Amino acid sequence: MAIYLTKESKVLVQGMTGGEGMKHTRRMLAAGTNVVGGVNPRKAGRTVDFDDRRVPVFGSVADGIQATGADATVVFVPPAFAKAAVVEAADAGIGLAVVITEGIPVHDSVAFHAHAKAQGTRVVGPNCPGLITPGQSNAGIIPADITKPGRIGLVSKSGTLTYQLMYELRDIGFSTCVGIGGDPVVGTTHIDCLAAFQGDPDTELIVLIGEIGGDAEERAAAYVREYVTKPVVGYIAGFTAPEGKTMGHAGAIVSGSSGTAQAKKEALEAAGVSVGNTPTETAKLVLACLERRRAAAHS
Amino acid sequence: MDLYEHQARQLFEEHGIVVPRAEVADSPKEAREIARRLGGRVVVKAQVKTGGRGKAGGVRLAADPAAAELTARQILGMDIKGHTVGKVMLAQPVDIESEFYVSYVLDRAAGRFLAIASAEGGMEIEEVAASRPEAVARVHIDPAEGVTSAKASEIAEAAGLPAQTVDVLVRLWEVLVREDAVLVEVNPLVRTEQGQILALDGKVTLDDNARFRQARWGAEGMEHDDPLEAAAAAKGLNYVKLDGEVGIIGNGAGLVMSTLDVVAGCGARPANFLDIGGGASAQIMADGLSVILSDPAVKSVFVNVFGGITACDAVADGIVQALDSVQLTRPLVVRLDGNNAARGRAILDERAHPLVQQATTMDGAACRAARLATSG
Repeated sequence: MAIYLTKESKVLVQGMTGGEGMKHTRRMLAAGTNVVGGVNPRKAGRTVDFDDRRVPVFGSVADGIQATGADATVVFVPPAFAKAAVVEAADAGIGLAVVITEGIPVHDSVAFHAHAKAQGTRVVGPNCPGLITPGQSNAGIIPADITKPGRIGLVSKSGTLTYQLMYELRDIGFSTCVGIGGDPVVGTTHIDCLAAFQGDPDTELIVLIGEIGGDAEERAAAYVREYVTKPVVGYIAGFTAPEGKTMGHAGAIVSGSSGTAQAKKEALEAAGVSVGNTPTETAKLVLACLERRRAAAHS
Repeated sequence: MDLYEHQARQLFEEHGIVVPRAEVADSPKEAREIARRLGGRVVVKAQVKTGGRGKAGGVRLAADPAAAELTARQILGMDIKGHTVGKVMLAQPVDIESEFYVSYVLDRAAGRFLAIASAEGGMEIEEVAASRPEAVARVHIDPAEGVTSAKASEIAEAAGLPAQTVDVLVRLWEVLVREDAVLVEVNPLVRTEQGQILALDGKVTLDDNARFRQARWGAEGMEHDDPLEAAAAAKGLNYVKLDGEVGIIGNGAGLVMSTLDVVAGCGARPANFLDIGGGASAQIMADGLSVILSDPAVKSVFVNVFGGITACDAVADGIVQALDSVQLTRPLVVRLDGNNAARGRAILDERAHPLVQQATTMDGAACRAARLATSG
């Protein structure tokens, strides 16, 4: 079943005909994603061939949905046009918008997040690698050949750390991996994914990867304590990272947290999450936890 | 990007918020001239992008132009929390009746901007927020509506601010939106004894992602104090100089941060943060390596790449390219995994440079690089 994305998902690609869009649409198709169309108002009516697949280009997301029944979109358009692209997708009634684009002004993303929420569209990202349900579908730029289907759910801010953990645990496999993105405001949070994984029968254990800044991990820890009964293993990056830009008085007041890696690790551990000191150690904690569960099931 | 106080003041003024008369000087002589123009008695304020100026002696009253010159001489060149004062702002003093605090800041958790306002402004707003949270009003702003007069009245009322501040709250929101700021803060916003509302000091942080449509700032704020950071920035590299001895290159901010941590866990200190990003080419790798090797503090280098989009053979090509152009005098530990890793490792094996070692795991490679850096 997985979360958010399955083999049933019909995926549009906004910005498919650009360089990144072409490259990654090819990869998505190779990973089994049901890409049903691209969107580009200037190239409506044409088709693009990817190896053995011919993909139509629609003039709008609404046209694409009408013609194909698409329920998801992956957005590769440049930062200046990203807000319009997400608003268009939400207005057309798309269920899931995965925004890969990096460098979107925060006023734009605040606006499209509010709009998407009101329209009932789930946004993943922006500035994210997207999400993959191995063996079923891949929406975004996560390499599909790192790992196989399995029972670990993963949620992370960072792309390459996601890949690293997928690689370390490649023999166990994953239900769904969600790269939620590193921007200050993202559409889908650690908590959203925790809730979805908790409710997903295909997910046995959850890996949560965080990094310095903000207080999303602290809030995720509080959520785990309250609502998550599945085992959660965590990893936090940034213990030795240089002190970032502070947001003046106002930032400290809003977050109510120092945002340090140490504070996040402590919050997670206090909620019963085992936290690894390195990605490899984190993978070992996952293996040990799964082994204990197997042993318990057999005794 | 943070703006200087005088730049924030200028933005406020352009958007119709009343600010004290003020000018900027970078020499004591100029400070004297300005003080004369402003009527003699002035406040001399260090222009640095950090808080705590007042406590550090960076804000002082001068009674006349001669005193302004002397004070400017004392403040210019001062070090405030690692920031050297290059400019002072001279402002006409005002007679303060009461001080308030107002700001708009991004609330990451809510995904919205938040108005924060208090009738108890001044330097200790964080303490007020901690000790008496009821004295600080917080109001979320709907991005589609923005701050209308009605919204501004709601904020002012919640904070117990006088009705006169409503206009400032509306204009301050315009500053935030039109300038693509992620933070605007006025502290203190004052009412003078003459009953005027005035923004006495301000902080503005602009959104770097919006540079493409905020052309006026140009390369402002992109200046780098560190020559290595400047060289890296010129090559488009995401590099931050640190205090240690293990040079670090990786792909993806998360993995590089993690690499710093793992090296530190092995008992050495990272010399830098360098993220070559996704899909990096051989050229970027070569540029990165040459920047790191030009740092004399570096005793060993750890290249940690997990090829997702990035192809490890391109990374290996970049290392080989760098070895041809830079004299490698310190050991290089390379860990390549993921996309085309086998081909990448073969390229390095073939080059067989005596100072280049390959490692198969991230933890093992980090500890080897740490050992090489600390064993003399």
